[in-house]
Amino acid sequence: MTKRIDRRNFIRGCARYSLGFGLAGVVGFVAKDTIAGEWVWQIDPFKCTSCGRCATHCVLNPSAVKCVHAYALCGYCDLCGGYLKPGHISRDTAAENMLCPTDAIKRKYVEEPYYEYKIIEELCIGCAKCVKGCSAFGNGSLHLQIRHDLCVNCNECAIARVCPSDAISRVPKTDPYLIKGDFNKGEDV
Amino acid sequence: MIKNVTGYFFVLFFVCFSFIAHAQQQRFPKPEFETEYQMPETSSPMPRAPFMEYVDVMVLILVMGVTIWLIFKKRSRKGIFWVAVFALLYFGFYRQGCICAIGAVQNLALGIFNPGYAIPISALAFFVIPLLVTLFAGRIFCASACPLGVIQDILIVKPIKIAPWIQKTLGLFPFIYLGLAVLYAATGTDFIICRYDPFIGIFRMGAEFHMIVLGISFLLMGMFVARPYCRFICPYGAMLNIGSRFSKNHLSITPKECINCKLCKDSCPFDAIDFPTEEKENKPVKSDTRRFLTYAAMIPLLVVLGGWAVSASYKTLSKAHSDVSLANLLIANPEKMSETDNLDIETFMASGRTLEMLMQDATLVQEKFRKGGWWLGGFIGLVIGLTLLNQVIYRRRDIYEANRGNCYSCGRCMEYCPVGKPDHPYHQLDPKNQNL
Ligand code: SF4
Ligand code: SF4
Ligand code: SF4
Ligand code: SF4
Repeated sequence: MTKRIDRRNFIRGCARYSLGFGLAGVVGFVAKDTIAGEWVWQIDPFKCTSCGRCATHCVLNPSAVKCVHAYALCGYCDLCGGYLKPGHISRDTAAENMLCPTDAIKRKYVEEPYYEYKIIEELCIGCAKCVKGCSAFGNGSLHLQIRHDLCVNCNECAIARVCPSDAISRVPKTDPYLIKGDFNKGEDV
Repeated sequence: MIKNVTGYFFVLFFVCFSFIAHAQQQRFPKPEFETEYQMPETSSPMPRAPFMEYVDVMVLILVMGVTIWLIFKKRSRKGIFWVAVFALLYFGFYRQGCICAIGAVQNLALGIFNPGYAIPISALAFFVIPLLVTLFAGRIFCASACPLGVIQDILIVKPIKIAPWIQKTLGLFPFIYLGLAVLYAATGTDFIICRYDPFIGIFRMGAEFHMIVLGISFLLMGMFVARPYCRFICPYGAMLNIGSRFSKNHLSITPKECINCKLCKDSCPFDAIDFPTEEKENKPVKSDTRRFLTYAAMIPLLVVLGGWAVSASYKTLSKAHSDVSLANLLIANPEKMSETDNLDIETFMASGRTLEMLMQDATLVQEKFRKGGWWLGGFIGLVIGLTLLNQVIYRRRDIYEANRGNCYSCGRCMEYCPVGKPDHPYHQLDPKNQNL
């Protein structure tokens, strides 16, 4: 009886140490390139093609993706391609003229002939309609970013998986934004 | 003046509006304001502070440490329950199910096979610590630290018994799932464990409809089939199961010596209590040795067969990769290239990548799947072989004890044991029990 138990314990011990060393081996193997901080997900605005999936594929509803405005790049146009629908009736704040489905862009008169456009993030759903308009007709100052106060940092971003342009990737947590004008990737700025 | 230029551009671009990547173009000059206008800053709210990851790791260690103390020293199911509820609230509802030890194996696989990805130390810690603890104390992680396990555990109502052969057969699935998850993560295709995590939608109070339905059905089923995800799906549980079989210490039902009173026999909702072997089974039969040898000889065969079979289905397996599926679609239906209602095709056509480049990438991915398929299939074959072999290994048992592999160390059975509890009703039944 004790012999049986001794033998069992011996086998158990051997197996335990082999598993333990196996585990240590795997850890040792990856340990050489671990990073201290986590990754977070971010959209590269220069790869993004405004496909609209950001609004529908985030695990959050509304999406953690919001439109942000790089004011330094903005032309402050009266006729804003991101604000007004193509073929708009008049150039004012009436809903039927507006591109944004949720009325999340505020237009403010600055001085002749300039207007400031500001995103109300609480209303924005990340649909990229304005981004598309601004990139096609304007300076491309409106662009999408994952907002890290909202994003729950999924192990694999549900939008990254379906993004047709591969625009979403992991970036270091210490540098979590790719805001246009802040990083020098667009050549013809 | 500016207005006219703007209008002109507007019309021009409306006409030739096409699907373009948004390279920045300074079409309009930066305005020179004459008034005191201050340009606002583009805000960038920061993510959770980096040191919080280490808080998560500390909480994990703390929860498991307290659980070990509760199991081995206090023998308190109630204590374990409350620690588990805390962990559910913290890792489940506060951390919303991410970071999680179950999914971390994918980060590990991605880190090993993808040079562009370095695994964060916290994710590695979440993967390793529960496994290490399991080697020394059993499945402590499952007892109280795993939000997925705990949410099922606290909702057990009236567990039914499941025939052992069903359990063993379905119990093979976690290994297959584990292998698939590693293959898909290593090839950079998908994180299937995270994607099909049935409870994360509940933690986040929102997910795709079918995932919510899945999560709720798991919980409903779990009222009667205790911990269905843990037993028949969880890929991390598969690893913990193996580790726990060889653990140095393990929860024991009785504090001292089992008196074979049978009181604990039905206490485990997961059928994880092994009964004493019956006398007539106690003599090993010759045919068992023969069967053992046959099964042992079959293992290499199963490994090769499994490897070949899975590797041969690399085309099907690799379809989950976006490049492969797009290439397949375009090769099968070249006319779709001009289609405008398929976003993926449209974006691909506008991207400047040629079909040849896409096919090249797809072939590379498929090649990875073909190679990985051998490993995956071999692994599955090995698991099946060892399971069969395990059936014929005879183990004599004189007492009721927890099955080290399947036991989640939940502590329920400990409460049923009358040993060391003089006021337990069992001792009042029969005077000769009183000295226990
Ligand atoms: S158009 Fe879409 S992306 Fe732009 S501000 Fe409105 S909701 Fe946000
Ligand atoms: S990581 Fe998750 S929460 Fe964040 S943007 Fe992606 S899907 Fe949304
Ligand atoms: S088996 Fe898996 S899901 Fe269940 S408690 Fe263990 S790790 Fe968690
Ligand atoms: S501690 Fe293990 S054997 Fe006991 S009831 Fe829980 S799972 Fe079953």
